[in-house]
Amino acid sequence: MSSDAHATAAPISSGLKQPYHLVDPSPWPIIGAFGGGATVLGIVLAAHLGSYWVLTIGTLITVVTAFGWWREVIKESRTAGVHTPVVRLGLRYGMMFFITSEVMFFVAFFWAYFHFFLFPEHVLGTETPMWPPMGIHTFDPWHLPMLNTMILLLSGTTVTWAHYGLLKGNRGTMLTGLGLTVLLGLSFTILQAVEYSDAPFKFAGGGIYPSVFFLATGFHGFHVIIGTIFLLVCWFRAAKGHFTPARHFGFEAAAWYWHFVDVVWLFLFICVYWIGGGEIAVH
Amino acid sequence: MSAATHDHADDHGHDHHDHKPGFVARWFFSTNHKDIGTLYLIFAVCGGLVGGVLSMIMRAQLMHPGGTMVTNGQTWNTIITAHGLLMIFFSVMPALIGGFGNWFIPLMIGAPDMAFPRLNNISFWLLVPAFMLIMAGLLLGDSGPGWTLYVPLANQNYQPGIGMDLTLFSLHLAGVSSLLGALNFITTIFNMRAPGMTLHKMPLFIWAMLVTAFLLLLSVPVLAGAITMVITDRNFGTAFFDPQGGGDPVLFQHLFWFFGHPEVYIMILPAFGIISHIISTFSHKPVFGYLGMAYAMVAIGAVGFIVWAHHMYVSGMDVDTRAYFMAATMVIAVPTGVKIFSWIATMWGGSIEFKTPMLWALGFIFLFTLGGVTGIVLSNAALDQVLHNSYYVIAHFHYVLSIAAVFGMFAGFYYWIGKMSGRQYPEFLGKLHFWVFFIGVNLTFFPMHFVGLAGMPRRYPDYPDAFAGWNYIASIGAFVSGFSVLIFLLVCYKTFTSKVKLADNYWGEGATTLEWTVSSPPPFHTFEELPRIR
Repeated sequence: MSSDAHATAAPISSGLKQPYHLVDPSPWPIIGAFGGGATVLGIVLAAHLGSYWVLTIGTLITVVTAFGWWREVIKESRTAGVHTPVVRLGLRYGMMFFITSEVMFFVAFFWAYFHFFLFPEHVLGTETPMWPPMGIHTFDPWHLPMLNTMILLLSGTTVTWAHYGLLKGNRGTMLTGLGLTVLLGLSFTILQAVEYSDAPFKFAGGGIYPSVFFLATGFHGFHVIIGTIFLLVCWFRAAKGHFTPARHFGFEAAAWYWHFVDVVWLFLFICVYWIGGGEIAVH
Repeated sequence: MSAATHDHADDHGHDHHDHKPGFVARWFFSTNHKDIGTLYLIFAVCGGLVGGVLSMIMRAQLMHPGGTMVTNGQTWNTIITAHGLLMIFFSVMPALIGGFGNWFIPLMIGAPDMAFPRLNNISFWLLVPAFMLIMAGLLLGDSGPGWTLYVPLANQNYQPGIGMDLTLFSLHLAGVSSLLGALNFITTIFNMRAPGMTLHKMPLFIWAMLVTAFLLLLSVPVLAGAITMVITDRNFGTAFFDPQGGGDPVLFQHLFWFFGHPEVYIMILPAFGIISHIISTFSHKPVFGYLGMAYAMVAIGAVGFIVWAHHMYVSGMDVDTRAYFMAATMVIAVPTGVKIFSWIATMWGGSIEFKTPMLWALGFIFLFTLGGVTGIVLSNAALDQVLHNSYYVIAHFHYVLSIAAVFGMFAGFYYWIGKMSGRQYPEFLGKLHFWVFFIGVNLTFFPMHFVGLAGMPRRYPDYPDAFAGWNYIASIGAFVSGFSVLIFLLVCYKTFTSKVKLADNYWGEGATTLEWTVSSPPPFHTFEELPRIR
């Protein structure tokens, strides 16, 4: 058993040629790294000096990097013998662990939320500990938030419908389903923007409730936008015939990501809008 | 994609054309795990040198009471902040995880490269702008909340400058780098092991890196969330940690330490892996209790997530919470003890060879145990009321980090530099480096236990005369360790100009993992044909 667990000094070849993808040198990682550096430097300069040009350049470099890098990946996926079955399995692992890390990012904001929601005595500077804090009016969960919940749940079914069409080799169904999903994603974002503009509390200087509310739902909204772009790219790829019933991991990754975004929303809806809601604001 | 198709036998020793790309493509656009590992190691040396210079400044100031080198408290705090962050994020992690992880995960599992070579490269390059930003924070002198970034000290009232935001964003970049590296390592280990290498046959360094990568994956995003909240509090008017808006500074401590505690295991676990291989190699025996060693690391990693608030005993938590965190923390001593005793049992009855890497490994075990024991002392919530934020804490975590993790780095360096470069390090200078560093760090940090117990608080540029004696000795020790760095640089010079060519397995029969079956240095692409594990 374990005593000779890794006793393998002699180089015994299995006779198998390695099946992995040895990627060619690429300029995108280093460009992207400095693009990211310029972006965050740009945010600081914008916040402190009101100067936006570094932020603009950094964001542009980052966007161009995303475009160029994924173009390389898509090209490789269409080159015979590069994305072997084991490489495709690796991509699945990679996406799965990326989503895991995203979940942990949201854990930080939910932690902040529960820190105050479950223990209102943590809300400092008030005589009467309560959540939402005294004087905060919140959204009616059964108004726009409920509509948005339905939109996201429906988009989960349309993306599955698209997947079904893809598996059956029916490109029309695939494109319709995916197109509907993108439209539903867009309407979610628009309705969130409407909701934000009607908010009975303000972000800057509004205290702890708006801080937690806007950062948690805001980062969720940002992820919805990313997921929508991901699905839109898949729509164009599907239209070009990049996906086959047997091989379409790009689409599956987008669908996984979309479901992740959906589940985060369900938690936000239940915990923040519904059971964490207070006196409802009247418009 | 490389078209190189060597016969496996050709990978050994003599001439083979490697199809290396040109200079720019090779070092800036790299997709090769060995080259990226080398970049990480060079980067870690640079980060460590800058962080080390800051230590020398601090010990020079503290050599005598009333020192005049750094008298401004804010400047002092900026230096200690940069020292901590540089050593953690820009020296220990790049060396142990980025450097040795990149080099030896693929070699030890018989894979031709990492799962995502481009992602690997951005993991490295993100550290470069991150380093620039943190240096800007240091040089501007306005980022001094300590490496723990506690609010309110890190907020807009106490660190109003631009440098504080640059430091926070530097950690965002370093965090993204760690995260992408972590998912790359996990995917590589799960998906690319050679035929026959089941999880229970993986070398212990691979187990160590697997657990480390999971800790990174799950803890770093929480830090990202926490520093995002600090950034929005500072710049965009939120009130997460601001009592005036109803926020709570203790929330930051929870979020930070939920990351921070796994982070300290992230720094030590790779060293655990390296030490296991070295002890086994130079005792000429397989590791004692292989599975116990592997699952001890898994246990340390898992329990490491539920002990974070032992850093917060004086934050006003109720006594039941403190009792829980105290008990949970002490539990970690069990798997750690399994490791210590298994290393000793590995040596028991072996024919031990005291080569340089073995000296570092033995130093590691001795001094890590010492740092671990003071950790048990500090885990006691009652004792910690007294010792919190004293030099006792400084002594404790420098024993496990500055000594144990750094000893792990040097042990790995002497163990593998021949494999990585194909050249022999000078044995005498290596041993001299060990002894000088060993004496230096012990002189520095052991007296800190005494001044800490006597009540000397951390993070001040001055102290009462009563602490003068031990502080003087600590400073002498720091300069001795500083001198040992010069010996290390001489070792590097001697190694890279050495004419001695090394065989595939220059340690002999004790070294049994797959990296010893390829040439020293390995060809640009290894394992074009997969090895088989029995």
